[in-house]
Amino acid sequence: MISRKIVLHFPRRLVDRPLVYHLIKDYNLEFNILKAQVTPAEEGLMVLELKGKQEDYDKGIKYLTEAGVIIDALSQNVSRNEQRCTHCGACITICPTGAFELDFVTRKTKFLDKKCIVCGLCIKGCPPRAMELHF
Amino acid sequence: MAKTIEEINQKIKKGNVVVFTAEEIINVVKEKGLKKAAEEVDVVTTGTFGPMCSSSAYLNIGHSNPRIKLGGGKTYLNDVPAYTGFAAVDILIGATAMPDDDPRNRTHPGEFNYGGGHVIEELVAGKDIRLEATAYGTDCYPRKKLETWINIRDLNEAVLFNIRNAYQNYNVAVNLSNKTIYTYMGILRPELGNATFSSAGQLSPLLNDPFYKTIGIGTKIFLGGGIGYVAWQGTQHNPTALRTDNGVPKRGAGTLAVIGDLKQMSPQWLVGTSFVGYGTTLTVGIGVPIPILSEEILGYTTVTDDQIYAAIVDYSDAYPHLKSTIVGEVNYAQLKTGKITIQGKKVPTSSFSSYSKAVEIAGTLKQWIISGKFQLTQPVASIPGVESGVTFKPLKERSIQS
Repeated sequence: MISRKIVLHFPRRLVDRPLVYHLIKDYNLEFNILKAQVTPAEEGLMVLELKGKQEDYDKGIKYLTEAGVIIDALSQNVSRNEQRCTHCGACITICPTGAFELDFVTRKTKFLDKKCIVCGLCIKGCPPRAMELHF
Repeated sequence: MAKTIEEINQKIKKGNVVVFTAEEIINVVKEKGLKKAAEEVDVVTTGTFGPMCSSSAYLNIGHSNPRIKLGGGKTYLNDVPAYTGFAAVDILIGATAMPDDDPRNRTHPGEFNYGGGHVIEELVAGKDIRLEATAYGTDCYPRKKLETWINIRDLNEAVLFNIRNAYQNYNVAVNLSNKTIYTYMGILRPELGNATFSSAGQLSPLLNDPFYKTIGIGTKIFLGGGIGYVAWQGTQHNPTALRTDNGVPKRGAGTLAVIGDLKQMSPQWLVGTSFVGYGTTLTVGIGVPIPILSEEILGYTTVTDDQIYAAIVDYSDAYPHLKSTIVGEVNYAQLKTGKITIQGKKVPTSSFSSYSKAVEIAGTLKQWIISGKFQLTQPVASIPGVESGVTFKPLKERSIQS
């Protein structure tokens, strides 16, 4: 079993097609929708945590890619600019999923990107603007 | 045996000075005892790195040909307005200034991505800054318009001048209302959703010299990565604030006005900062050396986070409406565990002052002193202490209708 967080970008023409439904039905994958957003004039975006056998996962990704969905790994989407981070820790209580943790020894703030669901709250909440959103 | 600053400076010159940070000194005194440690230790270094809004830089840009009198006109640095109410080519840029066309809080909460604090950071980083000015023109200063790039290396003077920094203790902010609020203490979630604080606690300069026995006007300090000086007490200096039995203020108390040559500072320690829904500011690194002139002075530097209490203040009502009611008190050891209990509720905490950077500043200052590149100064005058009776007064508002 593997579990990965991915970002799906749906071009406009695909927004009304039930693509992710087929991930369950045809590829036996489990998913948890972390974020979904569709605006009439724009593309759709969905952040998924996808679980299943490696083989099924690969097939499911292939199906989505062939349908025209653009897929990114989630961890590439919010990153910390280490040069700008002052380790104040303001992000710790802003993040809804606990992706920031204080290291009690070094008193530095750790960014656990595995816990990040790309909600974006930390982007504006970070005083030196060290958190960067990449799409 | 009492020491003098002159004797400590002799030891710095000879290379046998003994220096500890305000964090290290706690265990040193625990092991050796106060008397022995006071004989051996010469200096304790402190540090703090947090957002400090009353920060600014003044610049002299040199005269153009033909000359222009910026004074009384309008000047912008990267679209951020600078204060021009001086002579011809002196300007001052404040940390919270922002471009005229910034939407501010028109759509609440505003983002406040760029302001005076960011201009100061870019200036220190050696980046070119776009200056645009308009003036009214005089016989001796005929020019009315100026558009040019400026760079810190070409300026006659670039001086960091912060009229209130290094607050001796500060509020812990919470939100008792039922909606999220956006403050200078960050995003505060409803119904005690979080608590934020901003002090280096046991490493903070004025908390290690609570009665200002060594820190005074003329004290040489680490400022923004370079060398600066205490210029005066800071604005809102409030030495008569509530204190614990050992003298540690339990509320915002003393403050410092500091000054230093911006040209030798570093963007690592002067960081342009944005508070969503609130505005822009500058995060400033300050480190103050405390000469150990007596056992009493050493004793103050051994203060620990669990002895420093702060007031928990509701920023949805008490703070904006100037009410003195507090939600409770908490110490920094509790705050630094990441969770405190308020009214029976577990509340997550976070800080705006970087403790790890404060440790780095105190450590850097310690190295400067040990290596002989930083000598201590004798203050030329004290800043007002408890005995002065100085208090921080609210505005006395008076009707202008006659």
